[in-house]
Amino acid sequence: MKNREEIAQALAATGYIADGELATAISLMQLLRRPLLLEGEAGVGKTEVAKALASVHATELIRLQCYEGLDQSSALYEWNYQRQLLSIQAHRGDDPNDVEQQIFSEKYLLERPLLAAIRRDKPPVLLIDEIDRADDEFEAFLLELLSDFQVSIPELGTITATAIPHVVLTSNGTRELSDALRRRCLYHYVDYPDADREARIIMARIDGASASLSLQIARMVESIRKEELRKVPGVAETLDWAAALVGLDVRDLHDAPETVHETLMCLLKTHEDKARMSREITERLLGKVA
Amino acid sequence: MSCCGPAPDFDAADEVSRLVSGKLAAFLKTLRDNGFAVGLAEGRDAAMLMASGYMARSGLLRSAFKHLFSARKSDWEKFDGLFDAFWLGKRVRSRSSTMGSARAANNPSLKSLANQQPEPRAASDAAMDQVPSADGADADRSGEGRMEGASRAENLADVDFRKMADPGQLEQAHEAAARLAKAMRTRLSRRDLARRRGYRLDLRRTIHGNISHGGVPISLVMRQRKTKPLRLVMLLDASGSMSMYTGVFLRFIHGVLDEFREAEAFLFHTRLAHVSDAMKEKDAARALDRLSILAQGAGGGTRIGESLQTFNRWHAARVIHSRTVVMIVSDGYETGDAALLGREMAALGRRCRRIVWLNPMMAWEGYAPVAAGIKAALPHVDLYAPANTLGSLAALEPYLAKL
Repeated sequence: MKNREEIAQALAATGYIADGELATAISLMQLLRRPLLLEGEAGVGKTEVAKALASVHATELIRLQCYEGLDQSSALYEWNYQRQLLSIQAHRGDDPNDVEQQIFSEKYLLERPLLAAIRRDKPPVLLIDEIDRADDEFEAFLLELLSDFQVSIPELGTITATAIPHVVLTSNGTRELSDALRRRCLYHYVDYPDADREARIIMARIDGASASLSLQIARMVESIRKEELRKVPGVAETLDWAAALVGLDVRDLHDAPETVHETLMCLLKTHEDKARMSREITERLLGKVA
Repeated sequence: MSCCGPAPDFDAADEVSRLVSGKLAAFLKTLRDNGFAVGLAEGRDAAMLMASGYMARSGLLRSAFKHLFSARKSDWEKFDGLFDAFWLGKRVRSRSSTMGSARAANNPSLKSLANQQPEPRAASDAAMDQVPSADGADADRSGEGRMEGASRAENLADVDFRKMADPGQLEQAHEAAARLAKAMRTRLSRRDLARRRGYRLDLRRTIHGNISHGGVPISLVMRQRKTKPLRLVMLLDASGSMSMYTGVFLRFIHGVLDEFREAEAFLFHTRLAHVSDAMKEKDAARALDRLSILAQGAGGGTRIGESLQTFNRWHAARVIHSRTVVMIVSDGYETGDAALLGREMAALGRRCRRIVWLNPMMAWEGYAPVAAGIKAALPHVDLYAPANTLGSLAALEPYLAKL
């Protein structure tokens, strides 16, 4: 178990530039054994938190991507029916009880993310991504799993967690989550980083991005986010843009206003937004960036 | 706690922990009053945190509690203020207490919104108290009177809301609207269940199900696509011209939202306000109370176009999916730009399944949709219906069920 300061240091060492309160959240996850629910706009780096957490604990990251219609057989476990059938055919004439024993053994069990997460020796990080896309029924099932950390497989018996995984859930808010699930979790709202933090993120992620350029990019993106856009650019888009500018050998945004305007396609993903960010607006924003 | 300390020390420590836990309990109550969903488990964990060194710095404790007690973005945003007010004595005070005083003193717009709900009830009670009676036990009798009234509610179906003058009658109409909304909600979701039918073969499950036949596929398992439940997004015009109807529609919305997750509600007049959270309050009167804070400026002019623009820009992506019906309740008297309204209606129409526009004035004699606003909006509306009586509200249900 690590304390808060150690976690903050470890996070910084992994290259994830966290906001101040995230270290508290992670130390609480350990102390209270509660899952962490991350909410925020798309592209603010929610999934990255789980990745950073996995490297802080030096453990495996198991990811369950939720989607509409996700059910137990693709989230928890499934029997390998084809192999079972083959085995039945191969052992035709044997004692049926033996055959049954055999085909419902571990060998024929397909582990899906949730089962995998509770059967590791070292607690992994379990990332349940975009939980709001899953159905209500799945959410209820998940709630049960997250409180007991055990799974019962009718043919095999109950499997109890060997180690309690660190669970991170993310949500984009396409659907309201149930109060029960929300209450069960620690909550952390991930916001767009401020210019300073975003600059540090760019420097950590993009090779060859100088401190002054990173700060210029971060400030520019910050002011673009304040414009009336349909789709506000996230951190991933910022990194794309920074990579593009570095790749085009831009040292200072003021030296290359043309390039800046042309590469804005890294940030703006709809036609309307592109039309709105005219050359004049780009130049006006650029003028404000010191 | 030291194991070998003398007894008085132990008592003192005990006393401190008792005080702290008392204070913590009070804090939990403050949070609950402010709409946080805080249960016993959270209280226990909070006590544990305080015991394990998080109390050393208030900033740290605040951050820890913030993660523990918040459950949604709105909680997250108001937590710091509440924490500081409670533990550090900064005078921000709990919202529920300021709300009470605001309601009593200086928020006249609330009255028009709630159609004077709490007050008229008190007034009618007072009136009943004045009925000459032999003994002091007339409270029970006044209760009976109201029960009788409720059974008469069916007769109200055809009365225009604006002609319901007396508060008792209005109250009954409100209740009927809420009941109607609840009934619609259950029936619509149930119908959805019955409509599911498989259309695609699920090979894996078929093999699984037929292992007992040695793998010969005798009984087939079909895969079915689950239909999304119908989602209702309601945009209610709370401007001055609609004031006679807002009360009853608010109750209707409250009934639809209550325990029903696939619904969202917005109020608009000159601005747009997302009111789902406030309206999810179980108690209707309290829900309206919370609304008054959001709906400042209600009863003034209407800028439908701008409000829709805000909706399309900030909320639509999250709130609307492929099986969403947007219900706009408005008289269409636009004080803003009618062309903008037309554009935004078109944008909205592209996103959602159906747009229903309820116009209470439609049933008025001699009413024709000639106002610029409604003229611009109508081409994009799928159903344009009057909604000035309970009967006309109920008539919507078959239409919604068909979607």
